[in-house]
Amino acid sequence: MTALDERRPTPEAPPADPAIHKAATARKNRKRRALFRRDRTLLLMVLPALLLTALFAYVPIIGNAIAFQDYSPYVGAFENPWVGFANFERVLNDEAFWSAVRNTLTITAFQLVFFFPVPIMMAILLQGLLSPRIRSLFQSIVYLPHFLSWVIVISIFQQILGGAGLLNQFLRDNGIEAVNLMTQPDTFLILVTSQALWKDAGWGIIVFLAALSAIDPSQYEAAAMDGAGRLKRMWHITLPALRPIIILLLILRLGDSLSVGFEQLLLQRDAVGAGAAEVLDTFVYYSGIQNGDWSYAAAAGLIKGVISVILVLGANKLAHLFGEAGVYQKS
Amino acid sequence: MSITTRPIDSSHPRTSKVVRPAWEEPRAPLEAGARAIVLFGMAALIVVPLYIVVLTSFSSQATITAAGGMVVVPGELTFAAYEQILSGGVVTRAVLVSVGITTVGTAISLVVSVMAAYGLSRPGSFAHRPILFFLLITMFFGAGMIPSYLLVSNLGLINSYWSLILPSCISVFNIFLLRGFFMGIDQSILDSARIDGAGDWRILSTMVLPMSKSVITVIGLFYGVGYWNAFFNATLYINDSEKLPLQVILRSYVLQGVSVPGQVSVGSGEVATLAVQMAVVIIALVPVLIIYPFLQKHISSGVMIGAVKG
Repeated sequence: MTALDERRPTPEAPPADPAIHKAATARKNRKRRALFRRDRTLLLMVLPALLLTALFAYVPIIGNAIAFQDYSPYVGAFENPWVGFANFERVLNDEAFWSAVRNTLTITAFQLVFFFPVPIMMAILLQGLLSPRIRSLFQSIVYLPHFLSWVIVISIFQQILGGAGLLNQFLRDNGIEAVNLMTQPDTFLILVTSQALWKDAGWGIIVFLAALSAIDPSQYEAAAMDGAGRLKRMWHITLPALRPIIILLLILRLGDSLSVGFEQLLLQRDAVGAGAAEVLDTFVYYSGIQNGDWSYAAAAGLIKGVISVILVLGANKLAHLFGEAGVYQKS
Repeated sequence: MSITTRPIDSSHPRTSKVVRPAWEEPRAPLEAGARAIVLFGMAALIVVPLYIVVLTSFSSQATITAAGGMVVVPGELTFAAYEQILSGGVVTRAVLVSVGITTVGTAISLVVSVMAAYGLSRPGSFAHRPILFFLLITMFFGAGMIPSYLLVSNLGLINSYWSLILPSCISVFNIFLLRGFFMGIDQSILDSARIDGAGDWRILSTMVLPMSKSVITVIGLFYGVGYWNAFFNATLYINDSEKLPLQVILRSYVLQGVSVPGQVSVGSGEVATLAVQMAVVIIALVPVLIIYPFLQKHISSGVMIGAVKG
């Protein structure tokens, strides 16, 4: 590390003499300029990523202004009439919007209970396997679906559970009435959760395996010597070791509660119907892109975006209250 | 397919041998059996559907009719479905489009990400904190679908392949992951190269890149899988049916039951519609299967774990 790196400003009282003060700022500026000259290649390297981020992540944030306009694609960007919060009022008075909110939160809550614990249990089960070869074979198999696209996953489910799928072939062969589980609104919640489990539960164990392998085995040995049985060891050693990562993932999930597998839902929304399968993201898509109600959809999207940020910040605060590190820390 | 894997914790003394540690009480056979059944069941739930899809795609019309749909027990096998969809037409073109986007996109994503990560990896470099902050914010606040669509539309990128590459070109997460890795490289080596007069381009290409082959490979594979699997951006930005990538074709063909225009004689003659549909699923799946062993190797060697841990 060079001397230039040691430029942390020392908190000192402002010098009484303006001349000294001026000299100090001049020195600081000179240092900054020297640093800039030294690092300009580095800055040049970062530039493409910065431009792409500015264009495709920041410009659309400003573009959210159309939520306050009565936007029409045929008029110039600044000629659309400003309408204040009218679009937001329309969104908040729309029964379809609230139905989408309900569906989103229901799916999130359901998956928190029936998806979230599964990878933890799988990891603990797997950890107890003694043969390394079987363990890595199992890992190879259960990681794989994570890398398949949602289109493929749902196509496969369709062929197994759909109207002409394997399940119904079997039911019909045995004289039982066929059911198309892919179009049933009543069981849709279970369907999306099992799809999510099929695709991502295996991948989810990876972080827990890492945490488990960081446990010092002598802890288990000492506990066993002291007479702790298998269950007691799991309760007092395994679970506490997993606690930080569980809390971190819970926070991330809570902050993300308004997003529930957009592609997954979009692909099935037409088959199942908006009543059960319309979530916030598909609501924005259908009202904006499909129906051309741009300002309305932008307003709904903005509501979702702002609440999501609040949720992330809130969840992180919660983690700090529990004494955990959280996603980020105040530095 | 050969899957080369290393167990995640190969250094772990407890699992390096199949021997149970001396202090652990012997397993009840019932418990060991239950554990084996549960794990085997989970693996079967993943493997069996894939097997059925593969088998059906290779089955003849007669076998499919006899089975009444998806084929579980192998009957007459044929390549007819693959011959039909790969002999030109919609699926063939979609495969080419997807291959092109995946190749070009991955190359651009990797170059931009590696440069950015290296550019931000020198301790105390000029303005690195505000730049990191600028990038990080986008991980917490997404601008939303509508303004993003309007932007791409205003840039004139509708129906352009660039709309499938540029908006999703960089993942801030991947940049941070790479940066973390680069910062782990011993800075004193790089500093001595600087004293010897090497510039940053030179240091990056001759020292940093060779030292980070594995992390760069894994990030490249992740970008590649992302481009290959992307489906929504094409439904959003591409209207021209000639330019649609494979995932969109797969959707309209298998999920929406559309017979794709230009695909003549589907379901007629000897080739079963179902076999053709399953063949499209398999073609969409094969590239992922091919690179999967490489991914597996690197995932197991711990690159990802460090990243996920932060």
